[in-house]
Amino acid sequence: MTPQEAAEKLKAEFGDAIGGPVEFRGEVTVTVTRAKIVDVCRFLKTECAFDMLTDLAGVDNYGDDPRFEVDYLVYSLTHRSHLRLKVHVSEDDMVVDSVTGVWRTADWHEREAYDMFGIRFRGHPNLKRILMWEGYPHYPLRKDFPLAGIPTELPETAVDAGRVETAPMLGGPFVGGTGTRSAIRREPRQYDTMAEQQEKLKNPTKKEPV
Amino acid sequence: MATQHEMELIDSATRAQQAMEGELGGERMIINMGPQHPSTHGVLRLVVELDGEEIVNVWPDIGYLHRGDEKLAENMTYTQFIPYTDRLDYLAPLANNVAYAYAVEKLIGMDVPPRCRYIRVICAELARISSHLLGIGAMSLDIGAMTVFLWTFREREKIYDLCECICGARFTTSYTRVGGLANDMPADFLPMLRKFLEDFPTTIDEVDKLLTRNKIFIERNRDIGVLSKEDAIDFGATGPVLRGSGVEWDIRKAHPYSSYEEFDFDVPVGAVGDCFDRYIVRMEEMRQSVRILQQAADNMPDGPWNSPDAKILLPEKKATLAKMEELIHHFINVTEGINAPPGEVYFSAENPKGELGFYIISRGGGAPHRLKIRAPSFVNLQLVPVISKGHMMSDMVAILGSLDFVMGECDR
Repeated sequence: MTPQEAAEKLKAEFGDAIGGPVEFRGEVTVTVTRAKIVDVCRFLKTECAFDMLTDLAGVDNYGDDPRFEVDYLVYSLTHRSHLRLKVHVSEDDMVVDSVTGVWRTADWHEREAYDMFGIRFRGHPNLKRILMWEGYPHYPLRKDFPLAGIPTELPETAVDAGRVETAPMLGGPFVGGTGTRSAIRREPRQYDTMAEQQEKLKNPTKKEPV
Repeated sequence: MATQHEMELIDSATRAQQAMEGELGGERMIINMGPQHPSTHGVLRLVVELDGEEIVNVWPDIGYLHRGDEKLAENMTYTQFIPYTDRLDYLAPLANNVAYAYAVEKLIGMDVPPRCRYIRVICAELARISSHLLGIGAMSLDIGAMTVFLWTFREREKIYDLCECICGARFTTSYTRVGGLANDMPADFLPMLRKFLEDFPTTIDEVDKLLTRNKIFIERNRDIGVLSKEDAIDFGATGPVLRGSGVEWDIRKAHPYSSYEEFDFDVPVGAVGDCFDRYIVRMEEMRQSVRILQQAADNMPDGPWNSPDAKILLPEKKATLAKMEELIHHFINVTEGINAPPGEVYFSAENPKGELGFYIISRGGGAPHRLKIRAPSFVNLQLVPVISKGHMMSDMVAILGSLDFVMGECDR
């Protein structure tokens, strides 16, 4: 079964809950409404033999509404094909049903999405932070979290480590923002977060050539 | 008539024995196999709940090597991210470079010339041998067979020499570029490689003789950390961990990239899924890598090693310094980066640790909108609680060694 056929089967089974499919570089992406994601995943695993969840990624599309999305990449060992599922998550209600009941590997992936973006997964057996320490107050991969970091208290440990300070952003090869070609509009280290860049681009303080 | 009471005067050993067999069991101990530990292969913290010597529960605690690679990737051009890929699986940096280069090339939709593909195959297979040598060496060291560690590291030094020959650095190679390589293979590389391939199988044979039929090694690895086929697929295990459990799946055969379809090699698959099977899979993969390297060295195509598109790659330096168009291309390429089309791709390569995948979401321009690294070690590490329950604390070391993960990749 090719990914296109799997997408057709999904549309036949779930109808309006499935958007797409979009094809790019030989990969098929299908959008799924948030409420149906577990049913879709279970259908894919049982009916279409997508027995492996290769990847689960959170994405922050700052400036779009809905702001976040969760991308699932499922793989079929028997048919040797990938299929990508996208679920859009709006900032007001950042909850998605967990697919750990379908593929147990989603456990740590969902924990990472929660840790980095703040997307909660309903039904997850152990939704704790995984890369950052428990009690870290921010969600680092969000576009409005600055690259240099935000000063935070370190957790109580045996060694008094003090605080986390902002990183010194001196001489780094950092460019800001994506989707623009002009380097003038992306002066290194002029914009620390995407929010700041969009702010500055909307209200330029001086005339900048495009 | 005096009543008879039966009394049992038991010593402490018997009391302990009775406590163990009883329902309540003994007291459970929670110990910390801290981030700083010689056998956890990097900064991994395991909180282990023990019932005497038996493992009841394990909670891995990762993130000690989290450096924010994915956040950094959003703030730099595709080429600037290449040195960060070295430091993912830092035991096989060439393999990460190759995987990343192919991922970005898939996004742009470009092919590289055959010579480039063959050189990348050589890089990936050398990285595989290097990583497996370390995996087997470190596992043996932890189990107690310390000699193997010294032998495998002596061979790794030769691979480091080869890396230094081809790109100038032993360790943080940053060899591939988007659309090609940093430089062509130097003239003395292939003879050096051939010499290595002559001597290397002797070392595999020596390690084999020392370990594979060794009663102690077998007892420490057979039926330890058994991972069933269904669990392996359900947990998304890839690489030798998956193949050790009997699933015949190798990306080099299933979705050939970098002209792997032109090479003749076999894929070893285990039967039981225990630590010993994973060890055997790694040993055999090294032998198959030698086969691939031999074929690559013999059939190396001539021709360009970079794709001719100057908008993607930096033009030749002497042209940049003399002609206007190349100067402009160089300038735009360095300051603005490659103009990738908007879209999203996922490309994965068969890395020594498993399937290393790069999921790149691009909105146009030189920097990605989101770069997610699908790290095999992150996924394989989830198996530690699953396969170590019921074993003894000393088996934990064998299990960790056989899963062969590296924290640089796991935490990114």
